Amino acid sequence: MIEEKNILSKAKNIEQREIVLQIKDLYKSFGDNHVLNGFNMTLHKGENLVIMGKSGSGKSVMIKCLVGLMEADSGSISVMGNDITTLNQETLDILRADIGFLFQGSALYDSMTVRENLEFPLRRHSEKFDGQTDTNVLVIEALENVGLADAIDLMPSELSGGMKRRVALARTLILQPKIILYDEPTSGLDPITAKEIILLMQDIQEKYGTSSLIITHDVDCARVIAERMILLIDGVDYAVGTFKELSTSKDPKIMAFFKQ
Amino acid sequence: MLSIQSIGGQLNRFFIEIGELSYFAGRYFKEAVRPPFEYKELLRQCYSMGNRSLLLVAITGFIIGLVLTLQTRPTLLEFGAVSWIPSMVGISIVREIGPMITALVCAGRIGSGIGAELGSMRVTEQIDAMEVSGTNPFKYLVVTRILATTLMIPLLVIVGDAIALYGSFLVENLKGNVSFTLYFNQVFDALEFGDIVPATIKSFFFGFAIGLVGCFKGYYCKKGTAGVGKAANSAVVFTSLLLFIIDFIAVFVADIFYEL
Repeated sequence: MIEEKNILSKAKNIEQREIVLQIKDLYKSFGDNHVLNGFNMTLHKGENLVIMGKSGSGKSVMIKCLVGLMEADSGSISVMGNDITTLNQETLDILRADIGFLFQGSALYDSMTVRENLEFPLRRHSEKFDGQTDTNVLVIEALENVGLADAIDLMPSELSGGMKRRVALARTLILQPKIILYDEPTSGLDPITAKEIILLMQDIQEKYGTSSLIITHDVDCARVIAERMILLIDGVDYAVGTFKELSTSKDPKIMAFFKQ
Repeated sequence: MLSIQSIGGQLNRFFIEIGELSYFAGRYFKEAVRPPFEYKELLRQCYSMGNRSLLLVAITGFIIGLVLTLQTRPTLLEFGAVSWIPSMVGISIVREIGPMITALVCAGRIGSGIGAELGSMRVTEQIDAMEVSGTNPFKYLVVTRILATTLMIPLLVIVGDAIALYGSFLVENLKGNVSFTLYFNQVFDALEFGDIVPATIKSFFFGFAIGLVGCFKGYYCKKGTAGVGKAANSAVVFTSLLLFIIDFIAVFVADIFYEL
C-alpha cells in the first residue's frame, strides 16, 4: 500500500459523519479469475465517494455484491448497520428501498412507458409512503427533478441516451433512497450530456443529502464530484484520498492509471 | 467425423442442461404457490400470447384441415370410403395433428419471443434493476409467462382444431357436397371422451414446456446480443424436441389406459 493511503484532506470532516456503508475484506472469484482480493471501503453519510479502476478491475462486481445481486466469496458488507450477506430475501428487499442503483446502461424496462418505469419500484415499496402520497405526484416530482416531466408518457425507445440516463436517475430517486450507487453514470454519453448528468448528481446530493458511491473510469467525472476517491487496483483498495492527492501521487501504479 | 470424446462432451452438456432445466422447473413450482401473486402481469401475458398467436394458429389450422382432406380424399375415393373422411380427419386433428401443430407454431412464435425478451432484459440489466427495486424477477417474469403459456396453449389448440375441421369441411362441401350439419355430426359421432381428454391434458404439458424452455433460455442468457439470438433460437429447437418427447409419452400413457 502506498504512502498516500488514508491521507485525507477532508478526513476530519468526513470521518466524523455516520458510516452508512462498509465493506471489509471482500473476496470474489470467477474460477481462476480473482476479481476482488480483500477489498475494503467505508462510505459516510452525505459523502460522494468515487471508486476508480481500469475496465475489468472488479468495480461493477463490487457494486453488485453491495446490493446482493452477486454473492461474495467472503467478507462482510454492512449497509446502514445490516450485514447484507446474512439477510434473508424479505429483509434485503426492504433494505433495498433505501439503496438507489443507477445502472450503466440505464436499464429502463423496454415494454413500459416512462411513467410505468417510475411506478414500478413503488408497487413493492408503497409502505414507505404510508399510502399517503399519490403515486402520480411522486412520479411527476421525480421527473421534474431531472427536468423530464414532459417525457412521462414516452416509451424508452423514444428517448435519447442522455434522457434515458435521466429517467433512470428519476426512477432511482423515486423511493427517496439514503444511498445512491452509480455504476458508470457517464459512460456512453457525449461530453456535454455527461456534464449535465454530473451536475444533476450534485444537485440531487445537495437537495436530498444522499450518500453517493460512484463507480467510474471517467477522470473528469471523478474530478468534479469526488470528495474522496478509492483506486481499485488488483482487486484491492490500492489508494484512498482526494482527487488532487491521488492525481499528483508519485506511485507508479497510480501515475500509470492517470496517464491512461 | 465426431470423436467419442466430442460426443461424450455434447452428451454431458445435454444432461447438465436437463438438470438445470429441472431445477428451474422446481423453482417455478415453488414460486408459483408463494404470494405475492402477479395477477395483472399474468392477465397481460395471457392476452398478449393469445392475441398475438391467434391469427397464426388459425391460418395454420385452416391450411392443415384443407391439406389433410385434399390429400386423403383420392385414396379413400378408390376404396369407396369417402364417407369416412369427417371421422378420420376429426380424430387425426383432435388427437394428434391439432395439438402438435399448434404447439410447434407456438414454440416458434411464443417460445422464441420469450427467450429473446428475457434474454434482452438480462443483457441490458433490466432483470437486475427489477431485483434491486425489490420485485422478485423470477416471479414477475418467469412464473407469469409459464402460467400464461400453460393456460393459453390448450385454448389455442381448441381454436386451431375447430378451424382445421372447418377447413376440412370446406373441401368436403365443395367436392362432395356434404352439408355443415352432416359433416360435424359425423365428426362428433366418431370422437370419444378418450380422444379429447388426453389431447387436452397433453396441450397443457405442451404449453408448460414452451413457457419453461423459453424462460429458461432467456433468463440465463449469456452476455451480448449474440446471446439473445442464441437464446431465442435454442428455445425453439429445444422446445420442439421436448414437444415430441412429451407427445410420445402422452400417447404411450394414453395407450396403456385404452388397453385397460
